[in-house]
Amino acid sequence: MTDKTTLKITYREALKQGMHEALINNNKVFLMGEDVGRYGGAFAVSKGFLEEFGEDRIMDVPLSESGFVGAGIGSALAGMRPIVEVMTVNFSLLALDQIINNAATLLHMSGGQINVPVVIRMNSGIGNQLAAQHSHSWEPFYAHIPGLKIVSAGTHEDARGMLLTALESPDPVVIFEYTSLLNMESEIPSGSGAVDIDKAKVRREGKDLSIITYGPGVYKALAAAEILASSGIDVEIIDLRVLNPIDNETIINSVAKTLERLCGIEVPIPYPKHLEDASIPQKQDIVDSALKMIQND
Amino acid sequence: MIEFTMPSLGADMEDGTLVEWRVKSGDFVKRGDIIADVDTQKGLIEIEVFDQGTIDELIVKEGEKVPVGTIMAIIIPVGEKVSAKKKLMIKKEPIKKMVKEGSIKVDDRLKISPLAKKIAKEKGIDLSTIIGSGPEGSIIKKDIDLAIAKKVESHVEVTGGKKEIAAKGLRTAIASAMSKSNKEIPHFYLETRIDMTKALNWLRESNKERELKDRLLAVALLIKATAKAIKEVPSVNAFWENGLKLKNAINIGFAVSLRKGGVVTPAIREDDKKSLKQLMALLNDLIPRARALQLRSSELSESTITISNIGEGSTDKVFGVIYPPQVAILGFGNIVEEAWAEDGELSARPVVHVTLAADHRAIDGYLGSRFLMALKRNLQKPEAL
Amino acid sequence: MEKEGIKTNATISRELGLKLLHQMILIRRFEEKSAELYTKEKIRGFLHLYIGEEAVAVGAMHSLKEDDNILSTYREHGHALARGLDPGSIMAEMYGKQEGCSMGRGGSMHLFDASKRFYGGNAIVGGHLPMAVGMALASKKQGLNNITCCFFGEGAIAEGEFHESMNLAALWEVPVLFLCENNLYGMGTALRFSHSVQDLEKKGAAYGVESAKTNGMDLLEVKKAVEKATAYIKSTGKPYFLVCNTYRFRAHSMFDAQLYREKKEVDEWKKRDPILTFSDQLLQNELISGDDIDTIEDKVSKEVQKAVDFAEAGTFEPVEDLKKYVYSP
Repeated sequence: MTDKTTLKITYREALKQGMHEALINNNKVFLMGEDVGRYGGAFAVSKGFLEEFGEDRIMDVPLSESGFVGAGIGSALAGMRPIVEVMTVNFSLLALDQIINNAATLLHMSGGQINVPVVIRMNSGIGNQLAAQHSHSWEPFYAHIPGLKIVSAGTHEDARGMLLTALESPDPVVIFEYTSLLNMESEIPSGSGAVDIDKAKVRREGKDLSIITYGPGVYKALAAAEILASSGIDVEIIDLRVLNPIDNETIINSVAKTLERLCGIEVPIPYPKHLEDASIPQKQDIVDSALKMIQND
Repeated sequence: MIEFTMPSLGADMEDGTLVEWRVKSGDFVKRGDIIADVDTQKGLIEIEVFDQGTIDELIVKEGEKVPVGTIMAIIIPVGEKVSAKKKLMIKKEPIKKMVKEGSIKVDDRLKISPLAKKIAKEKGIDLSTIIGSGPEGSIIKKDIDLAIAKKVESHVEVTGGKKEIAAKGLRTAIASAMSKSNKEIPHFYLETRIDMTKALNWLRESNKERELKDRLLAVALLIKATAKAIKEVPSVNAFWENGLKLKNAINIGFAVSLRKGGVVTPAIREDDKKSLKQLMALLNDLIPRARALQLRSSELSESTITISNIGEGSTDKVFGVIYPPQVAILGFGNIVEEAWAEDGELSARPVVHVTLAADHRAIDGYLGSRFLMALKRNLQKPEAL
Repeated sequence: MEKEGIKTNATISRELGLKLLHQMILIRRFEEKSAELYTKEKIRGFLHLYIGEEAVAVGAMHSLKEDDNILSTYREHGHALARGLDPGSIMAEMYGKQEGCSMGRGGSMHLFDASKRFYGGNAIVGGHLPMAVGMALASKKQGLNNITCCFFGEGAIAEGEFHESMNLAALWEVPVLFLCENNLYGMGTALRFSHSVQDLEKKGAAYGVESAKTNGMDLLEVKKAVEKATAYIKSTGKPYFLVCNTYRFRAHSMFDAQLYREKKEVDEWKKRDPILTFSDQLLQNELISGDDIDTIEDKVSKEVQKAVDFAEAGTFEPVEDLKKYVYSP
């Protein structure tokens, strides 16, 4: 008896619903972060939560990234299920000591005695002409830290459901969310809930070419695939979803077909729109690359 | 019997040079006693013993550099006697471990090329210490050549001794600092004569009340008067490093000449805050240690201005070369009797010539002059120092 | 059998006196043995000895309860022993054996025992302070009556995390005891070269955190100060900042030529040895006799030997287990 009806929802609303459900489900869960309460969340994701859940569950914190991320980790050690919101990945650099030296190491270093069930959410990516300091995409960097589970919500479904599963994890999970997707609408099955955070997903099946991507790359690649389809090229799109530990099986199964890695230009993200766009693959770049690959075949 | 070995104080410590034994054969030692000073990459470290007993034999000699784990001494625990035979065994072991000449043993089971074997035998190389780089780890000529080179190198170090090596390094350091100074610093010089009558009289009276060991020398007055003058003209107490950086602490570097040549300038920290008695005690401690090259590295690096009184007992005037990145050096000549005209009268007075060499990028003649005048005033009121 | 009359006006029984003296001597001898084993390459990594500071760990730990959380630094053998971690499991940890309290994965700087609520063994200076605030926050949220005690050195006070943590703890009013062991040197840099304000307890005022200092060389003073601090925390639910002024007799770590301090200074401080001070207090008040001290030394010597034997007999974790606990099974 699957519910076939769908719901049109923004990415922001999907995040909000997921977090709302988590707060309702378990009273050990609380949200802490800069401006999550009175301001309503820097991206209005937690708007109204303070009134609904109270100060104890929705905690505004001062601009002390190392301090409050560390406090989140500590509260997780002592029985709570914190959702620590670091406004953006850019500011998370100030909390790296806590994330790397504490959250990621304690279980292993204590010989399996000490779990750190903390969930850290952060916005990432580019697209609003915020220039170099506010346009980082450090997912690949975080993905290289053993001990952390790194997930990336590239679809509305994942924005809705990843947090719920992450809160069940005994280990630290970092969820990347994307400012550029916040206002985007999409249909998700009504009644969507928790999703797995172990596997990559084939978002579109195809036989000619595999595009492996994550985050905002997913929708871009899907759009590019439609254009390519009109040229008779059948593209498969894999959404990595989990960047560490990575799901090699899904990738290898798909790449049995073909592979090209498409990436941006490694520069501090510039301010002007045209340069900003040029620094990361766009829909048309994906199309052009795919065409080039196919033609070279 | 207990083997006292070169301790491992860190994974990054491979060896140590025994600088001094604090015990001799026959001494009783107990757990926690410091029995040796060992020089390491990080400096001189006191080495403690963890056992109790009588030192039977000191195996490693002072000045020797040995790897971690080398047996340095044999300790006989209380109540244990060592049979002659056992003792013989003990002595053999360290010799092997220390890889001294004469203990060469060619192991037939070793994989080694005939040429390498021949050279090793001729040159007295212990094959057990060599890791082969040939096929299947066999020792080849290249490995032996390397071992010979190393042996020569370590031989030089052992015979040279720590102090001589240090002295050699010192000469190089002076050469480089002084060349840099003359190349980069636009020096200017000022000179004044100071009447030392009052200072010396005060010193004589004051010393009458002091015990022999506490007696003050004129140099203590000069240092103290300098420190006080710096407080009036702080610009001379500074570094020039991409601009003038005034130093809060007044740490006067005091030039000490070494008998074998060379000069070191240990810093007397915060001279302005020390009494004359404390200054004198410090000098009494510093000078012999400086001459024995036993200064702490901090003492050598902290000075903010330098004083040379090389003139004492010899020349009348000293014109110094600034020690970068400092901006001034003060030279005191010998205190000599000179004709002194004052109030229209001529008399003979004890006089010291003081020169100031200063960095013109940092300070100007006016400031330098004010500094020397302050110094002059201070020495006319020795009781206030 | 309480007996009055100790210099500090503290009251202490013979039984307690013996217990605390035993703990201090155990820490001292255990660490001396560790130093020896280090020189013999049984113990590797960094080995930071606590010798000279024993009064702080023993005095403080006595005043903390079983359900309190403890976080410490990389100089934590004393805290771990005083907290009641088994000496054998600590020694085995330093040997890197899987029988160690962290399965051998942490070594000297990372002793953990969740069953004793001993959360390390944290070796990034200042890094555990925010965690301590978080643990105290969790206590508050769960309505628990326990406190979190966080030991750190004065070096940590220069870290931003100290200031962030003090502010957060005061802002959120959480039951955490910030216990600073001021041993005057952050590695080789003296207090006066790292802090503009050297009366460290004054820093609490900036955050509205109740603060005090005490003589960290005197166990009874420490005990009194920590009892006062914990009473305050329990009654108000607010944080407390206690500075214990102490001194480490040994080098920062084993490979340290101590170029940064005078031998004379060390000798001066050794005259205030916390073990001698405490045993003198007990002797003068006729709570114990010289024989008692001999008995303790004997017992301690056996305990230390037992710990070494346990470590020696321990086994190394198989390499196949390397990836175990990167994530939970």
